[in-house]
Amino acid sequence: MGESGRLVTEKLTKRYGSTTTALREVSLSAPSSGIFALIGRNGAGKTTLVRILATELAPTSGRASINGIDVVEDDKRLRERIAIVPQEARTISWMTPKQSALAYLMWRGFGHSEAKKRAEESLARLKLDKVADTLNRSLSGGTKRKVLAAMVLASEAEIVFLDEATNGLDPISRRDFWEILRELAKDRFIFLTTHYLEEAEQLADTLGILGEGRLVAVGTVPSIRGRIRYQYSIKLPPNTNVPGVAEGEVTTGRDGQVQILTNEDEAFAISRKLSVAGTRFSIGPVSLDDIFFQLVGESTLAEREAAG
Amino acid sequence: MSGRLKRSLTSQLFAAILVNSVYEMKNYPTNLVNTVLSPLSFLVVITFVSKGALLGQAIEGGLIMSMFQSGTALQGDISHLKNDFKLQDMLVSSPASPAIYVLGMAISEIIYVSPALLVLAALGQIYIHPDPFQALELTAALLLIFVTSITIGFMFATLSSDIVQSFAWSRLLTTVFTTITPVYYPLTYIPLPLRYLAYLSPTTYAAEIMQNVAGYLQEGAGVVVTDWAVLGGATAILLVVVSKKARWKEV
Repeated sequence: MGESGRLVTEKLTKRYGSTTTALREVSLSAPSSGIFALIGRNGAGKTTLVRILATELAPTSGRASINGIDVVEDDKRLRERIAIVPQEARTISWMTPKQSALAYLMWRGFGHSEAKKRAEESLARLKLDKVADTLNRSLSGGTKRKVLAAMVLASEAEIVFLDEATNGLDPISRRDFWEILRELAKDRFIFLTTHYLEEAEQLADTLGILGEGRLVAVGTVPSIRGRIRYQYSIKLPPNTNVPGVAEGEVTTGRDGQVQILTNEDEAFAISRKLSVAGTRFSIGPVSLDDIFFQLVGESTLAEREAAG
Repeated sequence: MSGRLKRSLTSQLFAAILVNSVYEMKNYPTNLVNTVLSPLSFLVVITFVSKGALLGQAIEGGLIMSMFQSGTALQGDISHLKNDFKLQDMLVSSPASPAIYVLGMAISEIIYVSPALLVLAALGQIYIHPDPFQALELTAALLLIFVTSITIGFMFATLSSDIVQSFAWSRLLTTVFTTITPVYYPLTYIPLPLRYLAYLSPTTYAAEIMQNVAGYLQEGAGVVVTDWAVLGGATAILLVVVSKKARWKEV
């Protein structure tokens, strides 16, 4: 199984005990280059999928391969090529960023002088050279996450897994981190999981959406947008008379703002009506947020109906 | 690029030593003082209480405790690195093997207790003054205890998911195997029915071997051979168990 240059899974399933199914027959095929972002709610199975692909966890059934290397049968070979920053990973408090990167590279088998050179280059590349000799415990949360990224960036790994790497970062640190990820993705395959839809939209070359252990969609953002029922979004301010909608969904937010999700023809028809009435409104293709809620919402509903 | 990299096993071993002893000793010297003082404090108490009569046994007890404590400390340290920093997850998804990781961590623990070992070895040279063959026997018994404690420590660490519980286990194992059991004092001090319980601990056999080598016990050859066989056998069994039961990656 498997193809060169692709991440492939076939009916990948993971059960914990007899009651919990974290992944349900996940099958996908995506390029193993650039950034693959996996999004889903808490408990959707993102971390389970990452851990299986990173050879940390054995699947219950099904198969997976990256660049033709099976994650179970050929795990030792794959480990030569991968690196991971796990969810909730932290820098070791009694070490400095330079020591952290150096030790990680030595664990991967680099000689001391080569590891030292790579560690210093990587820290400089991520603008961490000024704090390279500061104890990790004295660094900010954002800087600590960058140190973890510097460790894997310094390595020879061609495939890097980042499990919710930007969780807990403030918006500015998160955007800084995105730059690092774009840098990493220039010569590696980055498999990223995130809660932040904006992050996935900004970074992902390929996107996967998980809902309750099932792969709901996979592809580029435009291709996924093309597959959903309603591709246009019209937003109206609170207390606006909403025109009749022949096809689509109308929702009202807590702030009173109205959103109409609809198809292209209906979107233009509604726009004309609103323009004639002199109503303020905005129109555009649906955002990843909208796509996510349409797809995962439908998936969750279908699951519950199937469960009776 | 990864295919062309010639990986250095020495580097992989040295990484654990850097992380778990060199950098930690440098930044948390209080831990080092504690590691040195634990075996020495028992030695001082036993020596005072026995008015010097048990000084030799207490030195040997301190050496056994230091070696055993290395294994239980390994349990706490691996568990800490695994649960609090997710280091084990990072290393599972890398070319580092569990054997190299544990070996490096084990060496780091020995380095960590080396100041205590040096003090105790110097005291042993002064008060026990073993000949080279006896020194070899003492070293072999200590190494078997070290391997035993490392295997117990690694197994507990890979199964642990809670660092507080892990440190509690670490202290409990050290107390049970080196303080309650007749390591610092002769087995004959224990009332007979309880003496059989002491034989459940591998440290009892190590202490009996070492006390016999130093001349504090005069056991027959049969007892000594049995002690070596039990200690060696227990170590071998634990090595097999840990290779089967320790969990490096999850299933």
